[in-house]
Amino acid sequence: MTEYTDKIKEISKRVLAEGRVEMVIGFRKGSVPMMNQPHLATSAESVDELVWDSNCGLNLANYITDKKGTIGIIAKGCDSRNIVTHVIENKIKRDQLYIIGVPCTGMIDHHKINAMFDSEILTVEESGDQITISGNGFSETKDKQELLQENCTVCTHRNPVEYDELAGNLVEEQKNVDQYASVTKVESLSADEKWNYFEDLLSPCIRCYACRNACPLCYCPTCFVDESRPQWVGKSQDPTDVKTFHLLRAYHCAGRCTDCGACERACPMGIKIREFTKKLNKDCQELYGWEAGLSLDERPPLDTFKTDDPDEFIK
Amino acid sequence: MKLIKIDQQSWNTGIEKAKSAYRVFGPVKEKNDHEFKLLEPNEMPDVHCQNTRLSPKSIIYPQSQIMFTYSLDESKEDCRIMKEVENVKSPMAIIGVRPCDALAFPIVRKNFDTPEYQDTYWIKAYEATTFVGLACNNACGTCFCTSAGTGPFGEEGLDVLIIADGDDLYAKPITPKGESFIQTAGWTMKAEASIESRIEELKTSAESSVTSSVPTDQLKNKTTLELYDAPFWEQEAFSCINCGTCTYVCPTCWCFDVQDETHGKSGIRMRNWDSCMFPLFTNHASGHNPRNAKHERLRQRFMHKLKYYVDKYDNGIQCVGCGRCIRLCPVNIDIRKICDKMNNFDADSCVCEATSS
Amino acid sequence: MQNPYLPYPVRIDEIITETEDKSLKTFKFVFLNPDDEKKFAYESGQFGELSIPGLGEIPIGIASSPMEKGFIKFTVFKTGKVTAYLHAMKEGDIMGVRGPLGHPFPWKTLEGKNIVIIGGGFAFTTLRSSIISILDPANRSKFKDIHVIYGARSPGMLLYKDEVTAWAEREDINMNITVDGTDDPAWKYLTGFVPTITEQKAPPGNDDTYAIVCGPPIMIKFTQPVLDNLGYSHDNILMSLENRMKCGIGICGRCNIGKKFVCKDGPVFTLSQLNQMPKEY
Repeated sequence: MTEYTDKIKEISKRVLAEGRVEMVIGFRKGSVPMMNQPHLATSAESVDELVWDSNCGLNLANYITDKKGTIGIIAKGCDSRNIVTHVIENKIKRDQLYIIGVPCTGMIDHHKINAMFDSEILTVEESGDQITISGNGFSETKDKQELLQENCTVCTHRNPVEYDELAGNLVEEQKNVDQYASVTKVESLSADEKWNYFEDLLSPCIRCYACRNACPLCYCPTCFVDESRPQWVGKSQDPTDVKTFHLLRAYHCAGRCTDCGACERACPMGIKIREFTKKLNKDCQELYGWEAGLSLDERPPLDTFKTDDPDEFIK
Repeated sequence: MKLIKIDQQSWNTGIEKAKSAYRVFGPVKEKNDHEFKLLEPNEMPDVHCQNTRLSPKSIIYPQSQIMFTYSLDESKEDCRIMKEVENVKSPMAIIGVRPCDALAFPIVRKNFDTPEYQDTYWIKAYEATTFVGLACNNACGTCFCTSAGTGPFGEEGLDVLIIADGDDLYAKPITPKGESFIQTAGWTMKAEASIESRIEELKTSAESSVTSSVPTDQLKNKTTLELYDAPFWEQEAFSCINCGTCTYVCPTCWCFDVQDETHGKSGIRMRNWDSCMFPLFTNHASGHNPRNAKHERLRQRFMHKLKYYVDKYDNGIQCVGCGRCIRLCPVNIDIRKICDKMNNFDADSCVCEATSS
Repeated sequence: MQNPYLPYPVRIDEIITETEDKSLKTFKFVFLNPDDEKKFAYESGQFGELSIPGLGEIPIGIASSPMEKGFIKFTVFKTGKVTAYLHAMKEGDIMGVRGPLGHPFPWKTLEGKNIVIIGGGFAFTTLRSSIISILDPANRSKFKDIHVIYGARSPGMLLYKDEVTAWAEREDINMNITVDGTDDPAWKYLTGFVPTITEQKAPPGNDDTYAIVCGPPIMIKFTQPVLDNLGYSHDNILMSLENRMKCGIGICGRCNIGKKFVCKDGPVFTLSQLNQMPKEY
């Protein structure tokens, strides 16, 4: 995917020069391995900092919420689906945007890769579908497929769904992936086992809210955890309050989550936060045949209704 | 320098002995990362841990800490009267504190132990604790302790420094507290005199393994308002998502919130770590927020660590160079880069670049 | 070691509704342990943390004067969770007070000086304390001329109405009471915004004259140029700030403006000091 970089720069410079957009939002190379940084480019010079590789796992739709002006935005499949969701939810106007689509072959999982090595990783280099990970006294090359973020391994929308221009040729979508294998596993547990599973899953949480703040869906002016009148949730490390935060946040994302994985990527404690959102995605798929962010013309199932709804409550 | 040699066997028995006199904490690998934990019987601190994901600050200053209890039962005489909670019941020892994390305690002490007010909770926990440090032989790529007032063999904030040379461990007592810990552990074997030069070698090699350096020499000379008005804050804050990661993983971040929680007729007043990255931190009841924009909050964090603290205490920067915020920031905001910009900022030659927010 | 977070238990002795919209009430507290009153030795301009178990604490300026013995008073505007609860409490209820906190107005510096007290709205509380202190027979001779400009939205929104109108009858204080506007034909005081009245009534600035300014941000914003025109040096303009606070003792970290804490280093600052500080209040 690194070959997209030149094309991204070329498009960005052009749309800035033509006055089509006032800024371009993309990624620049980070100061530590596997951590590219969201970057706002407003000049040809700052466009030159833009890069694209397998470390662009954050969701850039998070940076356009309620933003003024005309914006070029680099969008992989999931970013484009969150842009669509943003447009539907009036967080940005489609005509403010020039979407530079990036067909994606997946992002690598810095948590997983860090856990693979006892020593500190000093460089991670990418060449085609090979990733070379090196540190003091070691260097290993692995297939990128082995290193992908879990959401990328089950992604079926690698190509942007909405774009003005592409930075590369469309890629083949993954077929026959079991999107909900991890959910099915949890569903099969007994109530007690589930309880223990979630307790263990969330025990490292420090309530930094990186998951929430990295999520493009979490744009509430005041999050329910920050409300004081009434105060819905305690502010301590009490496990009940920690669970309440995660469960309610997941429900706020129901029918809107694109499984972009930004929450997990952002979590400093490496918590698999998608275990919650994924379950709701599965429910939305099973109940409504719905996947979020695929069309500008359809609202998410939980904020619309149909007069021919098969359930009784509507009648 | 009196050095004690500790072989593997006496290390293990010493730690076990210490557990009878102290609540002993040490780095333990849990899931994928090391964290400081209260050690179980026969559980050993992992001295091969490069550093823990979170700093040991929570042992002295827990993320959530009960300060008072109260009753709302009108039939009771002490209804609505706050009662102090004693948070320290026995001596503690933290094994394996890296010198960067150790330096954080005297820095944080400046906040909690002032001439006018003494934060009894923090001070009692701090005073009850013996800090048994572990020298670093190899720094991480994100470490910059040598720019932050310490180094891989730094001793400030420690009561004992343990130095590992292969499987051999050496203990250097630094304070009387440290000596009594060594005594409790039963470590008595004097190291041979020749080891001193070996340790100097290890120290030099460790210092040269610190590859990051950050200039801080000009921070004091800068004018607060000029730095405050510098044009780079908005650019640097662009990627910031205003989560609390940097502040919570930082060994020197000390801010907290106070909250009451009531269950039935009894309740607690507690404090919880808070973060200057959160809008709520400074939001007035009227809705007015003096640090409303995210770049204002990011600026506060760095100005506090690298300017306000520097000016207030004349004690260097409020950062120990542990690199946690760099490694764990989800959006790669790097204090080294920002410190560099602040240290090099020249208001006179600054060409202001308009950025949109 | 004294736990600085432990409130003194107090009983609400009296609750006075100050304004016609009932948004401001004055609470008179009596210490449950008489010794605590001695420990709570304060000067005008300081504040306290009112502590309500189950709700939390709020920093409020002390409205009583140290010359008034046997109780302390706080006037509280109903705005958030804790203040709303406090407004619903009753005489006889038990709660807590922590303090005194922060620095008072610089009374030693002010001795032998003219003082112009400029207050607007519900920021008049520590100014009431100050005026009571100054007018006390034990203190009045320490100061030269005292001018007060106190403005409220309407007559019904004036705090301490009986007291301020009584002061207006006195010779040893030059009271200027004003309201933004009123259709009450019985209103016998001034009409106009505080900055305008200040322009008309405040004495010119000089080394021997200090202004104490407390009020909403908009009033401060427009009063400052008036004082500049009157020749007040920024060293002689004293202001009392507010920021969100929790601990009140400079430890919890949120109320800082640059390297100063509003709670511990303030809340009183000279305008000269504020000019050197970021505008984070």
